[in-house]
Order: sequence, then C-alpha cells, then structure tokens
Amino acid sequence: MSTPKRIFVKGNEAISRGALAAGMRCFFGYPITPQNDIPEFLSQALPEAGGEFVQAESEVAAANMLMGAAACGIRAMTSSSSPGMSLKQEAISYMAGSEIPGVIVNVSRGGPGLGDIGPSQGDYFQSVKGGGHGDYKLLVLAPGTVQEAYDLTIKAFDLAFKYRNPVLVLADAIIGQMKEPVVPWVPENRDPAEGQDWGLQGAVNRPPRLIKSLFLDDGALAGQNLKLQAKYQAMQAEVDQELFLTEDAELIVVAFGSIGRIAKSTVRKLRAQGKKVGLVRPITLFPFPSDVLLGLAKQGKRFLTIEHNMGQMVEDVRLAIRTVADSAFHAQLPGNLPTPDDFEEPILKALEG
Amino acid sequence: MTQEIRVTNYPEVLTDRPTHYCPGCHHGTAHRLVAEAITDLGLVDKSILIGSIGCSVFIYNYLSLDAIESPHGRAPAVATGVKRARPDKIVFTYQGDGDLASIGMAEIMHCANRGENITTIFVNNTVYGMTGGQMAPTTLVGQKTTTCPGGRCRENEGMPIRMTEIIASLGGVAYAERVAVNNVKNIMKAKKAVTKAFEYQTKELGFSFVEILATCPTNWHMTPLQANKRVETEMIPYFPLGNFKDVLAKEEK
Repeated sequence: MSTPKRIFVKGNEAISRGALAAGMRCFFGYPITPQNDIPEFLSQALPEAGGEFVQAESEVAAANMLMGAAACGIRAMTSSSSPGMSLKQEAISYMAGSEIPGVIVNVSRGGPGLGDIGPSQGDYFQSVKGGGHGDYKLLVLAPGTVQEAYDLTIKAFDLAFKYRNPVLVLADAIIGQMKEPVVPWVPENRDPAEGQDWGLQGAVNRPPRLIKSLFLDDGALAGQNLKLQAKYQAMQAEVDQELFLTEDAELIVVAFGSIGRIAKSTVRKLRAQGKKVGLVRPITLFPFPSDVLLGLAKQGKRFLTIEHNMGQMVEDVRLAIRTVADSAFHAQLPGNLPTPDDFEEPILKALEG
Repeated sequence: MTQEIRVTNYPEVLTDRPTHYCPGCHHGTAHRLVAEAITDLGLVDKSILIGSIGCSVFIYNYLSLDAIESPHGRAPAVATGVKRARPDKIVFTYQGDGDLASIGMAEIMHCANRGENITTIFVNNTVYGMTGGQMAPTTLVGQKTTTCPGGRCRENEGMPIRMTEIIASLGGVAYAERVAVNNVKNIMKAKKAVTKAFEYQTKELGFSFVEILATCPTNWHMTPLQANKRVETEMIPYFPLGNFKDVLAKEEK
C-alpha cells in the first residue's frame, strides 16, 4: 500500500478542506481575524466543488444563512472568531430550538470585548453552556492538532445530522494559524438520503414541513425541552478524550485543544525526569468526559486543570470529581503565547500537593 | 328565501381555518394575495415560506407550504441560505415593518443588493402590532403609539422610512412596488404586483419586493372602517403607491 499523500497546511485550511471532504454544499463567512483563511480558501474552492459561497453582510446574517441552508437538509457551515461568535448566538439558539444541523467553527481569540487576535480559550463557557438564550447544548469538538482539525470538521457534519443539532468546532489562533502535515481523507458510504426526510424542499406529494422553535400551546414548549434534553443525554455516547500516561500517574493534568497539546510536551519532559504525571485531553467538550475523570479520581489521583483563560473548564472538572477529589488550576493568561516550560512549575507544585 | 352564492374559493395554498388576526386587519387579505399568486402561477409544490417575527409569525398556519420561522428581522438572511441550498425552489419572506425596516434593515438591504432571486412581501402598518403598538420606523409624524405617546416627533425620532424607494435604488432589485389593500381597486392592483413579484422570481430576474400598506385597527385605536380610511388619508400621501422599479419595463422603453 502506498503512503497516503500528505499536505502541509494551516489549521484554518485543514478545517476548510475537511468541510469540503465532508460534502459541504454552502458556506457563509464574514471577515474576522484569526479565521480569515477559511472564507478566503472556500471563496474559491467551494464554487469549484459545485457549492455556494456567500460573504455575508454580518456575523448575524452569516449564522442565519447557515440556518436557512441547513434547514434544507444539506451540509452547510459558517466560521468566525470570538467577538463574531457572540453575534451568531441568536441564530445558534434558534437552530438548536428548531433542530437544524449546521456546523459552526470558532477559531477563538482573546477577550473580553475586542481582546486581541492571539490564541485564548476564553469562549469555553459560551461554547459548552449554550451561549445564546434558552436551555440548549451544542456538540463541541476541540482539536489539538491540525490533522485533528481536519478530522473533527468531518466528524462535526456527521454528528450534526446524526442528532439534528448544531455542532461547534472550537479551535483557537494557535490551531488556526499553525502549519502542520495533514493526511487528507474523504469519508465513504455517506447516506445519500441524508436530510431528505425532514428538510425544506417544497411540499411535493406530501404534507408541508414546518421548521420552528415557537411552541405556544399549553405544554408544547415543555415537551420540546424534554425532547431536546433526551437528545443531549443520548449525545453522551459521543464522549471522546485523549489519555496520555494516566495509568500510574499520581497527578492528572486536564487541558484541551492547543493547551492540551502543549501540556502533553510538559508531561513527557517531566516523565523523563521520573515524575508520575499524566494527561487527560478532552476532545469533546460537550459531552464532557466526566466519567473518565471520576474513574481516575476514584483511584486516588490528584488533578491540575490548565486553561488559556481565567478558569472555565476547571468548573466542569471539579463537578465531575466533586465526590472524591478537587482540581488545582493554572491560568495561562490570555494574550500570552504559552510554551511547555510555562507549565512545568505549576505541574510540579500540584504534584507535590 | 335566501340562496347561498359562493363568489370565490380558497386558493389551494390557503388553509380553511379562522385566523388569529384582529377584525379589520389587512394581514388576511395580504395572505390571500400571496396564496392566489402562488396557486395561479403553479408554484404550490416548489415554494418555501420564510416567516418572520410579529403578528404574521403564524403565517405557516394559513399557507400550506414548506416553511421555516426566522429570528426577528433575519428572514432575508435565512431566505438567502434556503435559496442558495435550493436554487430551483421559489423562496419568499413575509415581514412586517418593525421586523424588516428596523431590526432587519441590514439583512433586507444586503439581500436585495446581492440580487438574491427571492421575493419579499413587506406589510407596513406603521406600528409594532404583536407587542402592543409601539413606534415603528414607519410610524407617521404625529402618530401616537405606546412608545411615542405624544406622537412621533421629527426632531426626536426622525422621519418615517420609505422602504420601497430605498430598495428600488439597489442594483440587485428586479421589481419594487408599493400597493394598498384598503379598497377593491387597490386590492386588484396589489394582486397584480404580488403575482408579478413571484413571476419575476420564476424568471430568475433578481430580488422582487412588494410593500403592502396595511391597517392595524387595534393599535391605531380605530374601527376597521376608520382604519381603512386612514390608509387613504394619511398613509398613501406619505407612502405613495406605484411601481418604483421594474427591470422588464425598462427594457421595453
């Protein structure tokens, strides 16, 4: 068997190529750093592949265009970065309420406000706790490498249609702007009838279809919320994480995305010095790998959560292990680019307890 | 002895059920014009309705079509997504004046300017109806509403926005007309305009727009007859009826 051809691309391009490989038909973009490579790449590549590219007049419009396209039962996507994500939340809430399977990419940057254009994980709460109004969840996938950005973008489309729910790919400026080798692949055996049984297409020889999130009749909204919650419960089956040297570890470092990748280097270095540390890198942020963390906590391990923010995922870590343990926290301040050395001291300190 | 004579029937798209609209409201007439146009042009099984927020949010109860509900003002963006995904379908939005001319101003302007091949039916009754009669961007100067109890004041709130004139000035627009449905003559003209707007979409000529001047007797604190009269005496003088853009008419000249 010949070696698959590798390409050397930025994470933003990997996400774009992953979306094309997944069969995306429509993309709606708006300029914001550090995700601009995505609309720029797709403005040419998507029409060449027979799809539709629209540069929307605003983040709000881009998200609503995504809602319209995805409501037709086709694969569609929008991308943005943190301040733009705040603007998209209205449509995302409607999509969750109306059960529309769009894919949204956030190449996040520092905040609050205009923040900076560097990497940050300050959008964790917004991503996993809903973000817009009402009780809803997105499936949230957090790539730690450029290859994973490609892979998870494909997976995002599959999950969106599996659950008829919006899916968020949460990357950051490091993943988006970093070049790495990627082995591209195209998923096989896609269901040709995907979205045909519920999408908008004109009522030909069948009753009309209605896609909405307004439920005024007595008990109707309660019923819709119960239905959504059951779906979010079923999504627990999709939980995914990377475990690195956790078996004999005394201290578990919990970190996601690019920070998980950097922390892995620190863990590897400390292992070479004989320090018993390991890493859990959540790949799905919702559903969160709570059971895995609780299992490790029950073995008597200690925890340190490292994030590129002031402390967000650490709340979910503590919630997961609360009956038996607690987690220390190290904040990599937004605005600073982290290196593996930055995490050495906090990990050693947590290991000493 | 009385004899029942049926003078008209329900167009295929219009459902035979009572509406939630107040007595004297023009939404029912506007719905019927849309239903007749879609039925007459044979577009029933290929039309997709993009609803909006306001009294007409329930339009999907009255038009038997594939439909989606959009956030306040965003119908033209949602319609853009639907049309790009299904370019062979007839896609239209139905929006009120608060929805289209205030919170949704950016979406309608850019959708029209891109020349999205969709149709927008814009119902202008000079108030936010569903929320209880607040001031809209189309509220006439001097008109009293719950948020301008002393009457709209030019110095403080500016002048009412004439949407059809603005839309007609944009490059991607194939057809823009303002109509009223306050009497039979105007209804017949309105029917022609609505039908033409959908027809232009079938010909893929670009964005088509029909503004329908409408009553809101409840929030105007008027009887249906008084409200109908107000359309004639107050609205039409400020919002003149007629065609403001027709790409085919231009070619004929």
